[in-house]
Amino acid sequence: MANHDIKLTVNGAEMEAKIESRLLLVHLIRENLKLTGTHIGCDTTHCGACTVLLDGVPVKSCTVLAVQADGCAVSTVEGLEQNGKLHAIQQAFWDEHGLQCGFCTPGMLMTCSSLLAHNPKPTELEIRESISGNLCRCTGYVNIIKAVQNASATLQKEAGHVAA
Amino acid sequence: MSQLKTSEKVCGMGHSMKRKEDPRFIRGKGNYVDDVNLPGMLYMDIVRSPFAHAKILSINTEKAMKVPGVLAVITGETLKQYNLHWMPTLMSDTQMVLPVEKVMYQAQEVAAVIATSRYAAADGMDAVEVDYEPLEVLVDPYKAFAPGALVLRTDKKDKKDNHIFHWEAGDKAGTDKAFADADVTVKQDIYIPRIHVASIETCGCVADFDRVNGKLTVYMTTQAPHAIRTVFALVAGHVGLSEERIRIISPDIGGGFGGKVPVYPGYVIAVAASVVIGKPVKWIEDRMENLQADSFARDYHMMTELAAKKDGTITGMRIKTLADHGYTDASANPSKFPAGLFSICTGSYDIKKTFCEVDGVYTNKPPGGVAYRCSFRVTEAAHAIERITDVLAQKLGMDPAALRFKNFIQPEQFPYKSALGWEYDSGNYPAALKKAMEMIGYDALRKEQKEKRAKGEFMGIGISSFTEIVGAGPSKDFDILGIKMFDSAEIRVHPTGKAIARFGTKSQGQGHETTYAQIIAEELGIPASAIQVEEGDTDTAPYGLGTYASRSTPTAGAAAAMAARKIREKAKKIAAHLLECAEEDLVWEVGKFYVKGSPTRSKTIQELAFAAYTNHPQGMEAGLEATHYYDPPNLTFPFGSYICVVDIDRGTGMVKIRRFVAVDDCGNIINPMIVDGQIHGGLSMGMAPALLEEITYDENGNNQAGSFMDYLVPTSMETPNWETAKTITPSPHHPFGAKGVGESATVGAPPAIANAVVDALAHLGVTHIDIPCTPEKVWRILKEKGATL
Repeated sequence: MANHDIKLTVNGAEMEAKIESRLLLVHLIRENLKLTGTHIGCDTTHCGACTVLLDGVPVKSCTVLAVQADGCAVSTVEGLEQNGKLHAIQQAFWDEHGLQCGFCTPGMLMTCSSLLAHNPKPTELEIRESISGNLCRCTGYVNIIKAVQNASATLQKEAGHVAA
Repeated sequence: MSQLKTSEKVCGMGHSMKRKEDPRFIRGKGNYVDDVNLPGMLYMDIVRSPFAHAKILSINTEKAMKVPGVLAVITGETLKQYNLHWMPTLMSDTQMVLPVEKVMYQAQEVAAVIATSRYAAADGMDAVEVDYEPLEVLVDPYKAFAPGALVLRTDKKDKKDNHIFHWEAGDKAGTDKAFADADVTVKQDIYIPRIHVASIETCGCVADFDRVNGKLTVYMTTQAPHAIRTVFALVAGHVGLSEERIRIISPDIGGGFGGKVPVYPGYVIAVAASVVIGKPVKWIEDRMENLQADSFARDYHMMTELAAKKDGTITGMRIKTLADHGYTDASANPSKFPAGLFSICTGSYDIKKTFCEVDGVYTNKPPGGVAYRCSFRVTEAAHAIERITDVLAQKLGMDPAALRFKNFIQPEQFPYKSALGWEYDSGNYPAALKKAMEMIGYDALRKEQKEKRAKGEFMGIGISSFTEIVGAGPSKDFDILGIKMFDSAEIRVHPTGKAIARFGTKSQGQGHETTYAQIIAEELGIPASAIQVEEGDTDTAPYGLGTYASRSTPTAGAAAAMAARKIREKAKKIAAHLLECAEEDLVWEVGKFYVKGSPTRSKTIQELAFAAYTNHPQGMEAGLEATHYYDPPNLTFPFGSYICVVDIDRGTGMVKIRRFVAVDDCGNIINPMIVDGQIHGGLSMGMAPALLEEITYDENGNNQAGSFMDYLVPTSMETPNWETAKTITPSPHHPFGAKGVGESATVGAPPAIANAVVDALAHLGVTHIDIPCTPEKVWRILKEKGATL
């Protein structure tokens, strides 16, 4: 089995790793880096529990090889909170009861944070489309959609303050 | 709850308190089983059968053992040396841990590979060579039940057929007479398909046997850690594992829904491997293993009949059911109830004469009969009665709402003794249906439907007025493997007035850390934020039967209130001592005792807690704690009325839920936000089998829905915005008037949706469709009726 030396940044920190070609990105994150917030739910790119951002774009890390992340920036749920302050989407999931068992939550948060970064005021349909690759068995998505709307409002308010 | 008794700070019953468990989950700091990482930990992967029925001719492990990192391959022969190759099921049937002679379903465990890494274990699994001789496969339960069918359980001496059990309830002769005397009868074969809970976290464990002190610790995805500990002790007692040396830790659970109640072979093999090798062994299923091998739910073929008078009064009900259990009866039912609580099948209606019977059979399918978010076959029962009620309405030309109002058990009839022997504790069925009809605008919808039909458009309205039976259960009738189905709470109040509470249940997302704290806050006035709730560790929690069948609030929640009341009684004695008055002169007001007529002479619960450790009366034991094992006097009977509106696309057969109104009654509510969340999730898991999910098998026993490619868990695109409301009819016997709620919507939703789909097509002469109402199925009906575009 060939080995590769890769360099990447994970939640802003630069790192290097020596890995097998076949190592999945999700296993690099969970087992080599011990960032267990990213979960595995299906192995076939359907459930989205393993969603992380690769250069700002949501990917399902169970079907991305770790070598594909060479030279990239990886963001996981552990990187959402900054300087002791929850990201607006984390706070909104808590406020709106957007989670129950919590297993899909990290992937869901990453997808939603990316949506809001690219589309600050999504419509309900846009939210639904955006999270359609993230399965949740507990919430029926109702409060997840509310949480995204809530976070959208918070972020706009914050942006307004900054602009002012 | 008419009004809140506690402040926002205390956050007792009725407050929508934000969940205490969420701060860790939203930061990715939950601790699920696959996050457990122990020094020296090994990994296990399982070789599974490609055949549904086959003789094992040989298992060659030579190549696998040469794979770098592979340490051992465990087969049935390995386990046979310790007499661990078979294990009992919860229904006292037997199940293979690993086979010695033959496999009985596709994806059955055949061998296990232990290796130093996840990848090495998978490589080793691929390298194990198994020779099979395929045998005749039985997938159709009717064929398996027919005389002369191939006998599947050849391991059972003297077994001459595939029959597992016959169970019946009710008055057969009286019911037959009701049918003979009826003005109208209807009969419908109703199938409720095999489905899978598909929690987003699969099952798994880390088994850690410490050779020095002989202690086994198992971190595992289980909804019932104590029961599992006892089962392990019973199964492996003969090889030296006794119960005080077994510790089961159920960490954060990523959804359970009943699928994490059984003991799967993988757990047992991992334990055996850890005991033999002396190192921790991790086993985590992948999704295909989870869908193909873990316990299924439902799979009931229900021939359902109603007898009625011309005016719509239902006079009799008969159900004859064939239950496909797969190759062993591994249902998770209370011992005395092989068909669960199916005899709740008279539902919300006052039906005097009823007879129901269930026969269970073996087939070449995975075992199970777990719940899929329901209390022991209540969904099957509700589907039968709610669907057949609409069949009757259609035959009589009556509005389905009117037929329901005519037959409802009336509020003044409670407590109501059903024809099949249950005592319904409380209910107000007409109020719930009325409320749902007002919310959705029922009359206007019927008018719209008429107009749409005239234009050739298909729109349907479906009602379900279901009754549940949850909170198992009273010890006189309810046990699992002999252990009575009580549940427990232990509360310790610390000197500074904060508390820790431990329970025999185990949350899988229901929010127990919050709701149990709120119950104790209500009873003691200690802020819920200052009460730490712990579950899932058998070394620390009091014994309990676990969380499933909507039983946590009815049993452990009740235990929390009762333990808190014991603490309050002791606090009262301390208060009398400190205030120098008689106990009878003290009045309790949330959070403090004061002297009658002199409210300023008072002691808060915090002051009393401090005194319990620093200034307790002579002769009294120090400390302030209590434990309660709650044996419920009856089950609780939550209910609701759901109305669903669907539009059907004539071109594709696609059913779209336009609106869905759910009026639920779960008695007094602990946390309205959490209850709504439970309803949202339950409705989604009710919609799933109604429109999308089904596990089928081809004639060779190949699973046709073995991954998320084919097993269609609802996404955000299919799931509508659920509209919820409540009526409140407190349980008269529960300490704070609550009923279980986690599963109501899963039980109530499928018939509402199926009834709406049939209603949309009723004018074409359609009287029944088996769920799931997939586009293909609906399109074929439209095509047959010449109604496609």
